[in-house]
Amino acid sequence: MRFGVVVFPGTWSDRDCGWVVEHVLGAELEYLWHKDRDLRDCDCIILPGGFSYGDHLRCGAIARFSPVMESVVDFAAHGGLVWGICNGFQILCETGLLPGALIRNDVCEFRCEWTNLVVEKDDTLFTSGLGRRDVLRVPISHGEGNYFADPATLSRLEQHGQVVFRYCRPDGLVVPEANPNGSLHSIAGIVNRAGNVLGMMPHPERCAEPELGGTDGLRLFQSVMSSFTGVPV
Amino acid sequence: MTATLSAKKLKEVALTGDEYKVIVDLLGRAPNEVELGMIGVLWSEHCSYKTSKPFLRRLPSSGARVIQGPGENAGVIDVGEGWAVVFKIESHNHPSAIEPYEGAATGVGGILRDVAAMGARPVAILDSLRFGPLPASRHLFEGVVSGIGGYGNCVGVPTVGGEVYFEDCYADNPLVNAMCVGIVRIDQLQHARAEGPGNLLLLVGADTGRDGIHGASFASLELDDSSEERRPAVQVGNPFLEKCLIEALQELIGQPAVVGIQDLGAAGLTSAVAEAASRGGSGALIDLDRVPRRELGMSPYEVMLSESQERMLVVVERGRQAEILPVFEKWDLHVAVIGEVTEDGHLTVEAEGRVAARIPVEVLTDKAPTRILQGRAPDAARRRLDLDAVPPVPESIAGSLLKLLGHPNIASKRSVFRRYDQQVGNATVIRPGGDAAMIRINGTSIGIAMTTDCNSRYCELDPYLGAQIAIAEAARNIVATGARPVAISDCLNFGNPDKPEVYWQLEETTSGMANACRALDLPIVSGNVSLYNDTDGRSIHPTPVIGMIGVIDDYHKRLEAGFAVDGDFVLMVGASGNDLGGSRYLEIEHDLFAGRPPEVDLLGERAAHEYLLAAAAGGHLRSAHDVSEGGMLVALAEACLIGERGVRCPPLATSADLRTDALYFGETQGRFVISAPSRSMPELQNLARRHRVEIQLLGLIGGDALEFEGEFSIPLVELAAAYYGAFEQGGVQT
Repeated sequence: MRFGVVVFPGTWSDRDCGWVVEHVLGAELEYLWHKDRDLRDCDCIILPGGFSYGDHLRCGAIARFSPVMESVVDFAAHGGLVWGICNGFQILCETGLLPGALIRNDVCEFRCEWTNLVVEKDDTLFTSGLGRRDVLRVPISHGEGNYFADPATLSRLEQHGQVVFRYCRPDGLVVPEANPNGSLHSIAGIVNRAGNVLGMMPHPERCAEPELGGTDGLRLFQSVMSSFTGVPV
Repeated sequence: MTATLSAKKLKEVALTGDEYKVIVDLLGRAPNEVELGMIGVLWSEHCSYKTSKPFLRRLPSSGARVIQGPGENAGVIDVGEGWAVVFKIESHNHPSAIEPYEGAATGVGGILRDVAAMGARPVAILDSLRFGPLPASRHLFEGVVSGIGGYGNCVGVPTVGGEVYFEDCYADNPLVNAMCVGIVRIDQLQHARAEGPGNLLLLVGADTGRDGIHGASFASLELDDSSEERRPAVQVGNPFLEKCLIEALQELIGQPAVVGIQDLGAAGLTSAVAEAASRGGSGALIDLDRVPRRELGMSPYEVMLSESQERMLVVVERGRQAEILPVFEKWDLHVAVIGEVTEDGHLTVEAEGRVAARIPVEVLTDKAPTRILQGRAPDAARRRLDLDAVPPVPESIAGSLLKLLGHPNIASKRSVFRRYDQQVGNATVIRPGGDAAMIRINGTSIGIAMTTDCNSRYCELDPYLGAQIAIAEAARNIVATGARPVAISDCLNFGNPDKPEVYWQLEETTSGMANACRALDLPIVSGNVSLYNDTDGRSIHPTPVIGMIGVIDDYHKRLEAGFAVDGDFVLMVGASGNDLGGSRYLEIEHDLFAGRPPEVDLLGERAAHEYLLAAAAGGHLRSAHDVSEGGMLVALAEACLIGERGVRCPPLATSADLRTDALYFGETQGRFVISAPSRSMPELQNLARRHRVEIQLLGLIGGDALEFEGEFSIPLVELAAAYYGAFEQGGVQT
C-alpha cells in the first residue's frame, strides 16, 4: 500500500512519518507538496505535524486553502483514508473534515511529554489492530491541542462514538490530572461519522521503535496497513 | 585629513580614539560615515575578538577527527561512515537581558543558520542558561524559556539538553548560550567562501529592515541605564522563514553551481560579505539598491549594519544561477543578486550609482587590532575556607539531601524542557534529564552524545581549576552515556576585560582549558566569546560554558543515568576526598561560598573515562551517572529517581581522614555511580585493576527508598517531591 505524506512550508513531522512508513513499516511512500493537486494514487494521506505556513493567523487556517487540500477533501469525500496528526488534526478541523477546534493548551504553555491514551473505538481502519480499552503510550508536542467544540457537537460526537482516543492514566482511567492540555472530554483524537478521517494530537510516528521510547504508535500504522491489505499484522 | 572624531560619534560605533587613528592610517584617509560604521562593527569585541584573541590561540584546535576547526561558520568533526557532525555554541546575552523572548529566540535562530550554512541539517539544540535567583528574575527566565521554545519548536529542531542555573551575579545580566548540532555527509560540506571573480552574491531569505543595527557593538559594551534605549538593537525572529531557508539550503547541497554559503549574523551584510571574501582571498562589490528592503528610506549605513534575521549569502557560479533559483522559488523565498566577487581585495559598496564605501577586506577582518592588557589576581585571602571550623558531620544527612535535591540548580528541570519539542526528527535516543543527550544518525548505528556544562562558582573561586572542571564534567557526562568525548565548542562569558581581575580570569581560564583539552585529547573546534557582562560595574562569575560532543559507534550500547534492574549492584567509580570547597553543601548548610574547588587529576580523570567506556563497550553496565554538584548522595538519589527504583546500601566504610559530610556531599572529580548485574562484577574488577581505577560497592538496587542501613532511609516519594517539586510549587514556581 502507498502512504502519501503532505508537506506544507513549516511542516516538520513529514520526515518522521516518512521514516516510519518506509523504514519501519515497509510501505510505499510519496511526499505530496502543498502546491500540487495530484495525490499520486496514495491509499492513505497523512497530514503531519508542524507549523504549516508558520501557523500564522491560526493553526491550520492557511493550510486549508492550499491546492493539495482541495484534493484531500475530495479524496476524503470518496472514502479515502485521511490521517491528521498534531498540526494535521488542526488542519482537518479548519477544513471542516472534522468538527470542533484546537485551542491554546489550558496550561498556556507548549507541552512535549509522554501521555497515555485509552482506545475508545477499535472499529476504524486506523485502530483495527487495537483493542477497546487498550492503553497506548504516545508523546504529545503542541501548544494548541486543547480540543474544543460546542455542547451540541460534543454530544453528537459521543453519541455516534466518534471519540477514538482520550488522555488517561497509565491504568486507563480518564481523569483530569491525565489531561495535558484541557481538552473537553479529555479528547485526544476523533474520527468523522464515516470513519475514514482521523485527527489526533499525539504523535504515533514518534513511538514506532523501542529506541525512541516505545512502539505503541507503530500499532496504528500497522492497523492501517492490515485493514487496507487484508493481511493481519 | 583628520585623525580625531567626537567622543560621542566614536561611542556610537564602539571604537576608541586610538583605533580611529589606526583606521585613518590603514586607509590613508578618514573613513566616511558608512565605512566608519562598517569598521566599527567588525572591530567590535563581538566580531573581532580583539581582547580574547591572544588567549584563544592557546586552545588546541586540531585532532584526528577534526575536519574544520575555528574560522568557519561552525566546527566539523568526522564521526564515521562518511558522516560529519557540525556544531557551535554562541551567546545572545545582551539582547536577552533587554528583550528576553526575542533575544533568546534569535539566539537559537542565529546558531541554527551557522550550522545550516555548512550544508548540515540541524538535528539538535542545547541551551545553557543563567539567571539571577527566582522569583526576582522570573520575567527573564520566563521570556528566555518561551523564546527558545517559540523558535525551536516552530523550526522543527529538537531541544535536547542544556542547563539552567540561578546565581546572584546574573541578576541583571542573564546568560543565554545556544548550541546547535547538525549532521552532513562529509562530501557535501559547504564552505563560507566568496571566491572566483565574477561569481554572484545572492542574498536569500528575509528582507532587510532597521532591526538589530549595532547589535554587535551593543554586545561589546557594559549594560547600564541606557541599555533599555538600545531595544531597537535587538532583532526579531521569524522561525517559519528560517525553516523554509533551512529546507532550501538542504536542497542546494550537491548543486555544483553553489560556491559558498555564509550566514548573516552579527554585523549583518558587512560581516557576511567581508568574512566570505576574506576566506576566499577575494574582494566583493555589492549594490545596495538591489537589497530587498522591508522599510523605506534606509540609508546605506543602515542596510550594511542591519541585523535582520533569517538571511543567507549564497555565492553562485556566474551564469549558473538558473540552476538554483527554482529551489528558492519552490520555498517562496525572496532572492536577489546583490553583487559579485572581485579580485581587487576591496569590499566596495555602491548605492544609487555612487560608491558609498570602499575598504580593503583585510582592514575589516585581519587588521582588526589586538588588545593586550594587564591582568591582576584578586586578593588571595578572598573566600578562604577554614574547613576545621565546619562541623564534619551533618546534623541530618537525609535533611541535607532533600535540601540539595530541592535546590533550584540541582532540582529537575522537567518543567523547563517539557516546553521544548525534544523528539522531532525521530532520532532522540537519550532525552533531556540525565547526563548527556543522544541523537542517532538515522540509517546508521552511530549515536552522537551532547552536553553543555559549567559550574561558574568553581570558576569564581579559581578560574583555572573551574575551567578544568567544566571540561572534565562535560566529558564525564558524555562518557556516562557510553560515548567517547571527541570535541568542544566553547562559549566564554566574562565581565569587562578592562578590569585587571577579569582579564586575569580570562588568562587563568584559557590556560586551564588548554591543559585539560590536551590531557583529555579534546580539540576546541568552534566557539564564541562574550565579554562586558557587567551591570553597573559588577561582573558575572567567569563562565566558560563547554559544549561537548561524543560519539558511540553503536547507540544500542548507550547507557542512561537511571537505575534499570532490581538486584543489580551499585558501584562508585573513583576515590572520594575532603572536597567541599565551593560545594553546594557548604552553601545550603553553612551559608559558605568559599574554598578551593576540587583538584582535577586529569590523568586519573582520563583513566576513569577509559574504564567506563571499556565497561560500557563490553556490555557490563546497565546505568552510569556522573557525580557532580551535591556529591555522591545526590548522584545516587538522581539515579534512583530517574530509574524509579530504590537502593539499599550497607553502612559506608569510613576512614579517619575522610569527613562524613565530604563522604556524602563532597564534590571530588572523576567519579561515577554505575550499576551492573552481579555476573559483570569479576570483569568490572579486572578492568578496574587494568585501568588503575578505584571502585567501591555501594549497595543493591531495589525497594522504594534510598537507604543506608543504620543511617537513614528516605522513601522515593519524598525524594521525588523535593526533586520534581522545586519548580512546580512554592518559591520557584515557573
